[in-house]
Amino acid sequence: MIEAGDNNSADLCAVAPMGLLAELTHRCPLQCPYCSNPMELERSSGELSTEDWARVFKEAGELGILQTHLSGGEPTVRKDLEEILKAAVDAGIYTNLITAGVLLSRERLEGLVDIGLDHVQLSVQHVDAKLADKIAGFKGGYSKKVELAKWVKELGLPLTVNSPMHRHNVEYLEEIIEFAVKLGAERLEVAHIQYYGWAFENRHTLIPTKEQVYRNADTVDEARERLKGIMSIDFVVPDYYAVRPKPCMGGWGSSFMTISPTGKVLPCHAAASIKGLEFENVKDRHLRDIWLHSSSFNKYRGTDYLPDPCKSCEFREIDFGGCRCQAFMFTGDAKNTDPACSKSSFHKDLLEIAERESKLEPKEFLYRKFTKQPQPTK
Amino acid sequence: MTKTRLIVETDTTPALPRFVKLRHDKGRDRWIMLAPERILTPDPIAVEVLNLCDGEKSVGEISNHMAEIYNAPIDVIEKDIKAMLQDLADKGFLIS
Repeated sequence: MIEAGDNNSADLCAVAPMGLLAELTHRCPLQCPYCSNPMELERSSGELSTEDWARVFKEAGELGILQTHLSGGEPTVRKDLEEILKAAVDAGIYTNLITAGVLLSRERLEGLVDIGLDHVQLSVQHVDAKLADKIAGFKGGYSKKVELAKWVKELGLPLTVNSPMHRHNVEYLEEIIEFAVKLGAERLEVAHIQYYGWAFENRHTLIPTKEQVYRNADTVDEARERLKGIMSIDFVVPDYYAVRPKPCMGGWGSSFMTISPTGKVLPCHAAASIKGLEFENVKDRHLRDIWLHSSSFNKYRGTDYLPDPCKSCEFREIDFGGCRCQAFMFTGDAKNTDPACSKSSFHKDLLEIAERESKLEPKEFLYRKFTKQPQPTK
Repeated sequence: MTKTRLIVETDTTPALPRFVKLRHDKGRDRWIMLAPERILTPDPIAVEVLNLCDGEKSVGEISNHMAEIYNAPIDVIEKDIKAMLQDLADKGFLIS
C-alpha cells in the first residue's frame, strides 16, 4: 500500500488519476432544470477555503492529475477564483473554466488569462435568446454569453460551447452548430442530458424522442465532415436510447475524481446519489490516500465485483458495466449492469419509459434551487 | 471570422497553438499533449517532430531532418509526418 510521503511514484502513477472536476461552489445564477449538481446542494457556509483548494491542487499535481475543470455551480461566484486557479497552474495542471458566462467581466477574464487559464467552456442553453433564458431561468443571460465568447476569442483562448441537449432544443442542433462556429469555438459539446438528479425530476418534460436523437446523430456526422479542422463536435446520446452503456468515468476510480464544494471526494459528480457510500473529505486526509484507500473508490474499482450479465460479457473491460449511479437508481444495487445496456433485464423498462414520456405534454420546469431547509452539517 | 481547414503541405510551417501544451509527464515518464478536454500521448518519434514544429521550419525541412537522423527515405518520412500533422490539424491542435 502506498501512503502519502512515499516516493514510489512509478507504482502510484500506474493507477494515478488524470482528471479532477473541482466543484468550487454550488451557487449559480442559472437554474437549469437539468443541472448535474446533486439535489441536495451544498451551502456556501460549508465551502472549502482558498487555502484548502490551494493545498488540494498541490496534492493533485503531485498525485498525477493533468487536467482540472474549475466548475460549480458557477465557479466565478467565488471571489478567490484567481488564487485557486493560480494554485492549479502552479501545480502544472491544464485548467478549464466551466462557466455560465453571465457574471464575468472582460477585466476579470483578462486577469484569469494572465494567471494561466488554458481554456473556457461556455454553456449555451439555446440559440433563441428568449428560450435560452427560459431554460436557464435567468433573464438577459444569452446576450452576456455571446459577449463572453467574443472576449475569450479576443484574448486568444480556445473556446468550447457546451449545449446540453433535450426536448426543448433538440430540433435546433443545426442552428446550434452554426452558432458555435460563428462564435469561433474550437469545440462543441452537444451531449444529450442524462437523467439523474434534477434532470430525473424533469424527465417527462425534457426527454426527446428516439427519432429526434437519431436525427441529431446524422446531423453531427455530416457537420463533423464539413467542419474538419475548424470545429470538433462531441455528441452523446441519452442512455435511455443507447444499446451499449457508456464507459462511465472511464471506469470507477480509474482516472477521474470530483471534489465537491465542501471537500467531499467523489468517484463521479453524481456518486452521492448512491445510498450507503461514504465519502472522505480533503480536509481530513491527503488526496493521494483518499484516491488509493477510500472505500467509496475501492468499492466499484475494476470489474471483479460485477455480476452477470457483465461478468461473462466480452465488453466488460470496454464499458466497465456502465454507470454505477444509474444501476443503483433502477435496480437498487449499484454493482448491477447499467440498464442502459441492452443485456440488462431492466433495459426494456428504460426504453419504454423514455418512449412514453417523450410523447407527453411538457410540464413546467422544476428549476434547480437550494432547498429551504438547511442541510445538516457533518 | 471564417476559419478554414489547414491542409498540411510540404511548405507548411506548422506550430502548436498556444493552448496545446506538449510536456513531459514526469510521474508516468512519457510525453503528453494537453488540449481542451483531451490528453494525447504521442510516441517518441512524434514528440521529436512536434518539438520541431516552431512555426518557422517547413514540413519539408522537418522531414529532411528526420530522414537524416533515422537514415530513412525522405518520401516515406514526409508522407508519415504529413499524415500525423494533418490528423492533428483536423483535431484543431495545429496551426501554421
